[in-house]
Amino acid sequence: MKLLTDLDAIRTLTQSRLDNRRITGASGESITFRSVMVCGGTGCTSSDSNTIIAALEQEISSHGIESQVEVVRTGCFGLCELGPVVIVYPEGIFYSRVEVKDIPALVEQHLLNGKPYDKKIYEKTRHGEEILSFEETDFYKKQVRIALRNCGTIDPEVIDEYIASDGYKALAQVLTTMSREQVIDTVKRSGLRGRGGGGFLTGLKWEFAAKQNKPQKYVICNADEGDPGAFMDRSILEGNPHSVIEAMAIAGYAIGANQGFIYVRAEYPIAVQRFTKALNQAREYGLLGDDIFGTGFTFNIDVRLGAGAFVCGEETALIHSIEGHRGMPTPKPPFPAVEGLWGMPTIINNVETLANIAQIILNGAEWYASIGTEKSKGTKVFALGGKVVNTGLVEVPMGITLREVIFEIGGGIPGGKKFKAVQTGGPSGGCLTEEHLDCTIDFDTLTSLGSMMGSGGMIIMDEDTCMVDVARFYLDFTRDESCGKCTPCRIGTKRLLEMLDKITEGKGTLEDLENLEQLSLQIKNASLCALGQTAPNPVLSTIKYFRDEYMAHITDSKCPAGVCKSLISYEIDAELCRGCSLCARKCPSDAISGKVKEPYVIDKAACIKCGVCFDVCKFKAVAIV
Amino acid sequence: MEHQQTCSSADIAEADEKLEKVKHAIVQFKLMKGALIPVLHEVQDIYGFLPEPVLQVVSEELNLPLSEIYGVASFYHFFSLTPKGENVIHVCMGTACYIKGAQAVLDRLSTELKVPVQGTTEDNKFTLEATRCLGACGLAPVMTIGEKVHGRLVPNAVPKILNEYN
Repeated sequence: MKLLTDLDAIRTLTQSRLDNRRITGASGESITFRSVMVCGGTGCTSSDSNTIIAALEQEISSHGIESQVEVVRTGCFGLCELGPVVIVYPEGIFYSRVEVKDIPALVEQHLLNGKPYDKKIYEKTRHGEEILSFEETDFYKKQVRIALRNCGTIDPEVIDEYIASDGYKALAQVLTTMSREQVIDTVKRSGLRGRGGGGFLTGLKWEFAAKQNKPQKYVICNADEGDPGAFMDRSILEGNPHSVIEAMAIAGYAIGANQGFIYVRAEYPIAVQRFTKALNQAREYGLLGDDIFGTGFTFNIDVRLGAGAFVCGEETALIHSIEGHRGMPTPKPPFPAVEGLWGMPTIINNVETLANIAQIILNGAEWYASIGTEKSKGTKVFALGGKVVNTGLVEVPMGITLREVIFEIGGGIPGGKKFKAVQTGGPSGGCLTEEHLDCTIDFDTLTSLGSMMGSGGMIIMDEDTCMVDVARFYLDFTRDESCGKCTPCRIGTKRLLEMLDKITEGKGTLEDLENLEQLSLQIKNASLCALGQTAPNPVLSTIKYFRDEYMAHITDSKCPAGVCKSLISYEIDAELCRGCSLCARKCPSDAISGKVKEPYVIDKAACIKCGVCFDVCKFKAVAIV
Repeated sequence: MEHQQTCSSADIAEADEKLEKVKHAIVQFKLMKGALIPVLHEVQDIYGFLPEPVLQVVSEELNLPLSEIYGVASFYHFFSLTPKGENVIHVCMGTACYIKGAQAVLDRLSTELKVPVQGTTEDNKFTLEATRCLGACGLAPVMTIGEKVHGRLVPNAVPKILNEYN
């Protein structure tokens, strides 16, 4: 078992290693030791960052410079669009889209000779002749990283590195100097609200559970990140797993629980593996288990794998899933804080919420409450995706505007296209338009506009996105994910989907539009849990802000964005067609005919609108009309 | 029984070995509260799906009715009650991928493989599935074939990628 003094010793020993991973302004040959940080998040791992690490190590050893360089596999840097990402300290040079074939030159030029490898330097860091550090780029400079702290600066698989960056200091402080009430009071005063979507005050939730007088209580970390397009929880588990473990133990102390569970998606293998490894390390150090720091406090954490059910993000459904049943919600009250897992008081906190806790304890409630807006304190992590230049993960202070996030940090819309909508809150949220771009991002503003904060998915859409199709997409999702327990959700979402299908097929009527709105409101009012209560939001918000587009589908049988298959057809422009015959050869329904070197023609009756001809044509002669 | 007689002794040994693994996993989880889902994860890890005869064993060992096990297994998307092809293709249908044209990629795969979504090709080589967000939104649209991730897809890239598996 490690005592407080042991942790201090580890900090002293490991600190110098972390100090090397800071930008010092030093350059060239004066640098004697470099840290090469390679992103090991799921995005970059998918584009082969593991092979890059192996190649780096091999190349470094072949030059015999192992003592002057360290290679670290870190958590997500955020700028997934440019992955695999490699950052070299102390200069802070940011390399993007690195490939294995770049490694020999990168090692030789930069690590051996001190000159940055020009070919893969991130364009936005170039400032004339000078190369800026990545922290000065638009993507990073407005970010405030609290929950994502350590993601990108430490090796998540080495507990000593977490300890050296003030890890487990908050737990030590709580266990040795604070009462349960003081911990709860600090979290309450910080104003931290649940980041999983609910937005409930975390400290208040803890207080409810703490007040229950029961022999057994539980802390659950909800890592069943189901919102399609959101991946901050996974990135935290991959990049800074100990921050979640530490916070769960603090929560356990605060409410009087000695057992925790993390319910994590089975679809996140890297996150599960890193978290499990971190758990084992924490147990080995005695930071979990009996008598932590010799204070008599006992806390354990077990991992439970989810099995792919969106509804299990709902607290009561998640509890039933851990109990081994179908993940179906039950009415609240009783709230889990009173009667939760196996009937015992249980608090359920989202990963990102927990990742803030240690920082709040260390820096104080006032510090945290000084960031953000009056009712939404702190920062929020967003997963920027869809039609935006810089897709990736960003952490911004609450109160920032949508415009700043999408156009400054996100870099705007690619390909010179026009911004159309931004969707927040995933299947429970709504679509906002250009007129909302200057609205601030906080829990209450987003809700008042008909969307919501949700867990932090932020999908940008351009002029090529059909809003009716987007609503249909979300309803297809919620219909599929409805657990089937209550009628409004089970049958209501199906009826909504049928009407949306009709409209996207050009068979919709004005009555359907009216029914869509009416049924949506009924589902919102009558559903048992948040899944049903929020499922109609994508429909209602798109009807509210993009009514014209619905009307175009219904009255003109046109899909203005050219997405809905039934309302478009393909034609070959005789002027552009070179008669190469490729489209005719690829057409699966033999709908294209013609003579080589003469313009080809599509038989619209035989065409199944698969779009293969459009994709394969090298002369852009196939048009959607 | 007739079918078993035609199996080689190696097949039977392999089948026994798998069942032993399942039994071992059950012993490990049996005393834990809420053991069913962890056990089903193990069975799927071992067999690639949840075969009915094995679920019968689970039912006996955990003392749970088969109907309840079926209820749980069929509730969760991650569990499959039918066997899959050699290579399972998961096309990400998360929002970021959908907005960037995942549907066209899925359609093209369906055309090329001549199977509907959720279908397995006649030669048992591929199973085509649409899946929830894979969380690699920076690479959208994305699909995985087995462990390998293919990102920034366009429908035209499909035939070439499939060829790698022939």
